[in-house]
Amino acid sequence: MNETDARARIATDFPDAVVAAGGPAITVTLPAPQWRAFARFVKDTVGCRFFSFLSAVDWKDEGLEVIAYVENTDEHVCVLFKTRLGAGQTACESLLPVYRGADWMERECFDMFGVIFDGHPDLRRMLLPDDWVGHPLLKSYAVDTPYPPYR
Amino acid sequence: MKPPIPVIPAPVWRSFKDLQEWEELHQSRPERGDRFSSTFESLTEGIHSFPGGFLVTAPADAFLNWARKSSVWPVTFGLACCAIEMMATFASRFDVERLGMVPWASPRHSDLMIISGTVTIKMAPMLLRIYDQMPDPKWAVSMGSCANSGGPFRHGYHVVKGVDRVIPVDVYVPGCPPPPESLLNGLLLLQEQISHFRKTGDRRPANDKVD
Repeated sequence: MNETDARARIATDFPDAVVAAGGPAITVTLPAPQWRAFARFVKDTVGCRFFSFLSAVDWKDEGLEVIAYVENTDEHVCVLFKTRLGAGQTACESLLPVYRGADWMERECFDMFGVIFDGHPDLRRMLLPDDWVGHPLLKSYAVDTPYPPYR
Repeated sequence: MKPPIPVIPAPVWRSFKDLQEWEELHQSRPERGDRFSSTFESLTEGIHSFPGGFLVTAPADAFLNWARKSSVWPVTFGLACCAIEMMATFASRFDVERLGMVPWASPRHSDLMIISGTVTIKMAPMLLRIYDQMPDPKWAVSMGSCANSGGPFRHGYHVVKGVDRVIPVDVYVPGCPPPPESLLNGLLLLQEQISHFRKTGDRRPANDKVD
């Protein structure tokens, strides 16, 4: 499915989603409950089988925003989809049932931002030590928190 | 038609329980360390405090320090981009083997640890474990800005702000990364420092050039 058809299908199948005009990738802003359903759609229908990355943005008072980027490498269709979890919310649907590649990405996102991915079977810390306290890429994390004897 | 996606079971965390028990055994055994060193020290102290005893202890020191500094074996331990420069120093152009240094891949046979790069908080316990596995006498060279003070990552959340918070350091080599000439200079300063190492008798005051 090429990019024009993909945009049309997204507009008909997901009327709540906001699709940005133009850009190098199809940028879709979703309501949070449609997160996994959209990933399933974009993998099976649009054919984006390559899971590029998953990350998050901390918008302070407005809460966390989770971002994923998938590509259809055959027809060069790239889809960037993101969702706002809401102020103070950390729960998000896991993409692991759809993409195996989301496993370590979601673990890293949990590690750095504290996003709890529902449906992830093994949500442990990815990069930081197991006894680390806090999630350091949140804006509210104090970098000078004592960590004797190292900091 | 696509092949079915295999169901991979979630990985199980495997702790190194055997190694931990082994280290606990070795740390708690009664005859820990060199059991002859205290006898040797009291003997040499006695000889040194005897009138004219320094005539015996000073050449003994000189000989032992010559032997120590002529065969400093650095453990092969690279952390970050400084390790590239460290490898260049070990290789043929700069050739630390003419100083008697053999890069050795085991901490149990090594005398020197070159901390070449950023020490993260996750890596620091492993670094400490490798340092503890080296036999005495042992030395440490902190190479590059990251190991000296945290460097450009000093205000990050994950970096140890100077490796001297974890282990004692003898020579600090500045640079980001230090070129092989700098590291070679640091190793020569370390040899200078080792030649003033006093195991037997009194320790001489530290060398101005070194400190």
